[in-house]
Amino acid sequence: MLATSRTFEANARAGLANENLQRALALMRTGFPQRRRLAVERLPEFEVLREIAKSIKDHTIQHLDFYLELFEENVLASGGQVHWARSPEEACAAVLAICRSVDARIVTKGKSMIAEEVGLNEHLEKNGITTIETDLGEYIIQLRHEPPSHLIAPAIHLMKEQVAETFRAEHRALDLGRSLAEARQLCDEARAVLRPRFLAADVGITGANFLVAETGSSIIVTNEGNGDLTQTLPRVHVVMTSLEKLVPTLEDAATLLRLLARSATGQEFSSYTTVSTGPRRPSDLDGPAQYHVVLLDNGRSALLGGEFQEMLRCIRCSACMNHCPVYAAVGGHAYGWVYSGPMGAVLTPSLIGIAEAGHLPNASTFCGQCESVCPVKIPLPKMMRHWREREFTEKLNPPVYRAGLLLWAWVARRPALYHALVDLTSRVLGWGGGSRGRFRTLPLANGWTAVRDLPAPEGRSFHSLWAERQRGAGKK
Amino acid sequence: MRVALFVTCLVDFFRPTIGFAAVKLLEEAGCTVEVPWTQTCCGQPAYNSGDRADTKAIAKQVLDAFEGYDHVVVPSGSCAGMIRRHYPELFADDPTVLPRAERLAARSWELVSFLVDICGMHAVTTRWDHLVTYHDACSGLRELGVKDQPRRLLASVGGLTLKEIPGAEICCGFGGTFCVKYPGISDKMVSDKEAEIVETGAEAVLAGDLGCLLNIAGKLHRHGRRIEVRHIAEVLAGMTEEVPPIGVPR
Repeated sequence: MLATSRTFEANARAGLANENLQRALALMRTGFPQRRRLAVERLPEFEVLREIAKSIKDHTIQHLDFYLELFEENVLASGGQVHWARSPEEACAAVLAICRSVDARIVTKGKSMIAEEVGLNEHLEKNGITTIETDLGEYIIQLRHEPPSHLIAPAIHLMKEQVAETFRAEHRALDLGRSLAEARQLCDEARAVLRPRFLAADVGITGANFLVAETGSSIIVTNEGNGDLTQTLPRVHVVMTSLEKLVPTLEDAATLLRLLARSATGQEFSSYTTVSTGPRRPSDLDGPAQYHVVLLDNGRSALLGGEFQEMLRCIRCSACMNHCPVYAAVGGHAYGWVYSGPMGAVLTPSLIGIAEAGHLPNASTFCGQCESVCPVKIPLPKMMRHWREREFTEKLNPPVYRAGLLLWAWVARRPALYHALVDLTSRVLGWGGGSRGRFRTLPLANGWTAVRDLPAPEGRSFHSLWAERQRGAGKK
Repeated sequence: MRVALFVTCLVDFFRPTIGFAAVKLLEEAGCTVEVPWTQTCCGQPAYNSGDRADTKAIAKQVLDAFEGYDHVVVPSGSCAGMIRRHYPELFADDPTVLPRAERLAARSWELVSFLVDICGMHAVTTRWDHLVTYHDACSGLRELGVKDQPRRLLASVGGLTLKEIPGAEICCGFGGTFCVKYPGISDKMVSDKEAEIVETGAEAVLAGDLGCLLNIAGKLHRHGRRIEVRHIAEVLAGMTEEVPPIGVPR
């Protein structure tokens, strides 16, 4: 997927001006956090589970080489195959090769952010294979040729009226006079349109929420059941995933599952949790004849041992973006690539470079909401700060900002000069803003005064007043 | 107790009254207050801009300035959080400075939580007949757990009624340099905050961090709202007569 993270500021402006988006985000802002809070309140051991989950993921990451090989061994033992992909190109090539080997014409897809990351749909379409998204949100944005704007609710940027419009434009065979006013009607229509496509598909591609090393299984959670139809009906099941989804045991996966839905949607469990191990066995009633796992690295292994390693704990629940006031203001598309919100602000620069994605870790107030709700306790603000440190070291910030910062820091290290300048500026601005008590505009302060008044200082610095008071009291 | 006041750069420059209110409250709590002159800023602007070298230099200056006091008290959760949470992190790989950073971190406090948790202050004797709402500044809340302490003391102010906003824990959009680097996003955040404050019908909004207060006051004034904006210390110390609300002329 082509990144537009460089133009974050313009993207954000567009998001702020988009009325439908703002209405949709207003609904999200109250919905997800409220439901998560209720779910957490109902589970007294939630905080303990967070600690356990963190240690499970940390342990796996520390022994990633071991568990990756164990996973492959067990996939092979169950009759499946693992395809190691260092880059998006290798991942796309692996999937295309699998599709070609069975003369696939139609591919159905469950939700996979990794497929988005590598641009799989475009690659398959370019090679004459029709791809059909089966997650309702993904299906909607596929019809609209838009990227997802959220990890688990890819069409959250849309209001249902916009979806109705899209369905009318795309489902041309259906009665023009039908009602699409209710969400239920939209779901029913998507279901009716998608059902024959599930049956026609040659290959089904899903993502994975977890990979289990001890059994060689992949696990997906969905609320629509589309993932199950995608992976059991076609002849071939391809799991598009990345290496940090790994956990050692089914027990570990179960622990993480207890956190996942609660953190994501506030459900205790998603409607469907499906464990897939290998292709159909002779005794199975259904299932695919082939089971493939395409394991993407794309820069993740380079995070091992560095200051961003903890990002590999992420289980893609979306709690961070659901609670992020910046995400809630601008929406997911502003971030300009696959991942958005705080997790995107840390992960995106790791995957496409800080020069491309520099705005993302900067566009945060460090309010800390994300870290406080992360089920695996990723210190997201700290890692955004690490990106800012890289940016500063590599001199990627705007020169004016840099110069201003360095000058300020130079003065701040000289208390006598600092105190004199602060008192002087306080006097000047206190006098200048005195009659109104505030400024509507001020040279060099446009970033502030463009949207709010600047309260005027009282007119003397604390330290000068304190010194006076001490002298008056006859002390030193 | 011999207590040093860390004034913070914003209080020093914009609103010294908050510093004097802090001194008054600390003295009422039985502390002897000193204000080391070699303090300037805690270093957050550099720290959050990725300038680690300057942050360390400024932090060392703070370590020197505040050596030898029983406690260091800060009328800001943000600057107190910087010292308590981030200084030890900053010097994690510097064994010569780390012990000093950890010692300072362990005895540095945000003002209101210090009064309640360390000094055992449970009530103040002042009166302020206002319907107020309170904004939980992010760093104080999430880095230091400042939540109940300000409410407990506000409950003891005669004539004061607190009406909570539902989003009291949501960021106001200040975020240090964030508010000038991304004014459009900051504007949306502070506008949401404004709407909630207005909705309560409160006559005043209080908080424990001047950064947030300048942002909120600036937005309320831009829209001609007549809602008073003040630091909680001014109200607790009974010093509201000595200085007009933030952004209002004398």
